[in-house]
Amino acid sequence: MDPLLTLSHISYSYHDLNGETTALSDISFSLEEGRFLAIVGPSGCGKSTLLSLICGLLEPSEGEIALNGLPLKQASANIGYMLQKDHLFEWRTIYSNVTLGLEIQHRLNEHTRKNVDDMLETYGLSSFRDSRPSQLSGGMRQRAALIRTLALEPDLLLLDEPFSALDYQTRLSVCDDIFGIIKKEQKTAILVTHDLSEAISMADEVLVLSRRPGRVQKKQPIHFEMEERTPLRCRNAPEFKDYFNLIWKELNSNV
Amino acid sequence: MSEISLAQQSFLEEKKRQRNWVRAARILLFLLFLVLWEGAARTHLIDAFIFSSPSRVYNTFVGMLLDKSIFLHVGSTLMETLVSFLLVILLSLLAAVLLWLCPLLSKVLDPYLVILNSLPKSALAPLLIVWLGANQKTIVVAGMSVAIFGSILTIYTGFSQVDTEKIKLIYTLGGTRRDVLGKVVLPSSVPILLNTMKVNIGLCLVGVVIGEFIGSRQGLGYLIIYGSQVFKLDWVIMSIVLLCIMALVLYSLLQVLERRCQRHV
Ligand SMILES: Nc1ncnc2c1ncn2[C@@H]1O[C@H](COP(=O)(O)OP(=O)(O)O)[C@@H](O)[C@H]1O
Ligand SMILES: [Mg+2]
Repeated sequence: MDPLLTLSHISYSYHDLNGETTALSDISFSLEEGRFLAIVGPSGCGKSTLLSLICGLLEPSEGEIALNGLPLKQASANIGYMLQKDHLFEWRTIYSNVTLGLEIQHRLNEHTRKNVDDMLETYGLSSFRDSRPSQLSGGMRQRAALIRTLALEPDLLLLDEPFSALDYQTRLSVCDDIFGIIKKEQKTAILVTHDLSEAISMADEVLVLSRRPGRVQKKQPIHFEMEERTPLRCRNAPEFKDYFNLIWKELNSNV
Repeated sequence: MSEISLAQQSFLEEKKRQRNWVRAARILLFLLFLVLWEGAARTHLIDAFIFSSPSRVYNTFVGMLLDKSIFLHVGSTLMETLVSFLLVILLSLLAAVLLWLCPLLSKVLDPYLVILNSLPKSALAPLLIVWLGANQKTIVVAGMSVAIFGSILTIYTGFSQVDTEKIKLIYTLGGTRRDVLGKVVLPSSVPILLNTMKVNIGLCLVGVVIGEFIGSRQGLGYLIIYGSQVFKLDWVIMSIVLLCIMALVLYSLLQVLERRCQRHV
């Protein structure tokens, strides 16, 4: 069976009046269903660009992206993209924020509404249904943003530094939170981050990108010997430090 | 509610006292002005024929109230101002949407809008009278001409300053440019729109009065010009006072609207 997502020899350049910026160069990897991939790299190496390419907002300058073996344009698979900030709209209630995607795609019906209601209930937001985003804590807002993405029932979930706007402590717990939700909903996910610990603690595989133009510098499978994996427990596991040192060396090898 | 500390209590009381004092001072200043004006006129310090006086203004007003001519003048100025205001809001919103939808068009038109906006708009009024004739339509157009270009520019600038990440969000949710307009750009421009409205109501009033100066047989602007020509300065000053009150009322109404909207944003 084809992997869910395949990128082959992807390059991308931005053009503006000041010249050409090659953001990504010759990126290839594939991702099996149900896996969690983390992409790390220094700021400005093209991580966000890569996610925009995968979800079809940008067209690669070179190379092919395939979903379930079909070119991105023909593939029927749904891709959910969670941006760095939650961008919940203050002029909408939490409920109408999380149903925004369904509203746009004209998919608001009994089934999808029930799905949203269930998620709000499960993830502790049902009492905030009619609240405004400003009444929620940073962690709750991030959860609401994730539910907004999940409401569209995506086959692949893209997360662009979803915790970077939070302070360190909230970040650890929200990280556990979001990881739990993704596992529970059995989603395939790509997490982009510049935080190596975050990547190792959440992912089944870490892809290291080099400085701009981003290239794949290393692919590191991650495996933790534990029953119920959570990011926080992983951070305390003995393997964690080994993985960290291994990838850290790689990140700094050609600076 | 939790207990308010003594220090906070005295702070609040101090603030309240200050606020009351300011309010009282404002009213006193106004009364003092009226008394001085009236007194100066009665003691012939100033010529009441030229400078009028509060009582003369009041009597003129009552007189015009009794022969009902005041309703014609206030009514037509108010009507013209409201119509031109509504048209300005509607048209500038439409134009801003159009410019936002066609970035190339906005690039082409940008210098023209800037020039038209920086033009002293009263210069257009005589031209409008010649072109369109001396009627109420022209007055409305004169009112619009003062406000519309600035209004388009402000609203369009507001549109283009919307957070690009918010726009990206709509695209990631599978939206089109129309969704971007309807779900992000318009709702997030509501505060700017309300602000523009507050500016425009005053500008429209200015434009309408200018229009009435040169092309009308009714309205407060006409009354001012006619009054000054026949040396009925009581009319002139009463009209100015009425214009002040009208501007104040219209502005306050918009402020109420703004506060309503803020509660929902
Ligand atoms: N719209 C754009 N036009 C020109 N250059 C851009 C644009 N967006 C991003 N870039 C450049 O491309 C590079 C990669 O950007 P990005 O993908 O946002 O990096 P990252 O998410 O890894 O921080 C950066 O150096 C940035 O300056
Ligand atoms: Mg980024």
